[in-house]
Amino acid sequence: MKAHVVVTLKNGLLDPQGKAIEGALKSLDLAGIENVRQGKIFEVELATEDRAKAQDLLKRACEKLLANTIVENYRIEFS
Amino acid sequence: MRAAVILFPGSNRESDVVRALAKAAGRKPALVFHAEHELPQGTDLVVLPGGFAYGDYLRCGAIAARSPIMDAVRAYAAQGGRVLGICNGFQILCESGLLPGVLMRNSNLRFACRMQHLRVERDDTPFTSRYRRNQVIKVAIAHGEGNYTADAETIARLEGEGRVAFRYCDAKGVLGAANPNGSVNDIAGIYSESCNVLGLMPHPENLVDSLVGGTDGRAMFESLVAS
Repeated sequence: MKAHVVVTLKNGLLDPQGKAIEGALKSLDLAGIENVRQGKIFEVELATEDRAKAQDLLKRACEKLLANTIVENYRIEFS
Repeated sequence: MRAAVILFPGSNRESDVVRALAKAAGRKPALVFHAEHELPQGTDLVVLPGGFAYGDYLRCGAIAARSPIMDAVRAYAAQGGRVLGICNGFQILCESGLLPGVLMRNSNLRFACRMQHLRVERDDTPFTSRYRRNQVIKVAIAHGEGNYTADAETIARLEGEGRVAFRYCDAKGVLGAANPNGSVNDIAGIYSESCNVLGLMPHPENLVDSLVGGTDGRAMFESLVAS
């Protein structure tokens, strides 16, 4: 099965890259954009079809490597 | 001194470290590959050099921190062994859990590559005994992710326990005047709980020879040899 892992910066932390992108979007006259924060998406293919097992495995992957939980949150999505 | 310099794919400042250590200690350190599982017998200093290990993929230092040799480095540090992480090495130490906190993208988004003044916060550790407390030194910086941060509790603990090693300052030692990356409390380097692990963004290893602009970094390596 396939899953997406989405890693985002925690709220309140300065995201200078997001700010730069936000500034660029605003300079393109795209009215209505108020705030941009940048994150990462990992597309992961898994050997199992068991949703609970996949969830547990990806949680461990996030805690061990994919996210730095000091400054990042993660969520796991199945398509 | 039997020093070991760890070599990751993408390390590029190891020869500067080797030169600085050889000059201070009179013998060349061992180069240890990241895929090794053990440090050489009798190692009394481990250095993680600067560079861009694994191309800074995922997060700076993240993949290097999970390489086989880092288990040996963690075990070595747990027994009180001295570990020095410079620049990318500091990022690897944070990612490996040997030091708290994280190094974020510089707040002004610029890669900072220039000379920088630092204030030496304490002179009673194995890394700084040849400096004086509050001494202002001039060394090189070269990083895009040196913006040190941690949660408020961790910062309070670091400050309370005197674990800030160096702070960015101006030529007169004034804090808040010359922070190149937005780091909390002008932090340029921190110690582990028992001060046997030091991580810092600046490059003392580049300032050991008057031919290349100064010798303010030399005292760190002389301190390590003397302690």
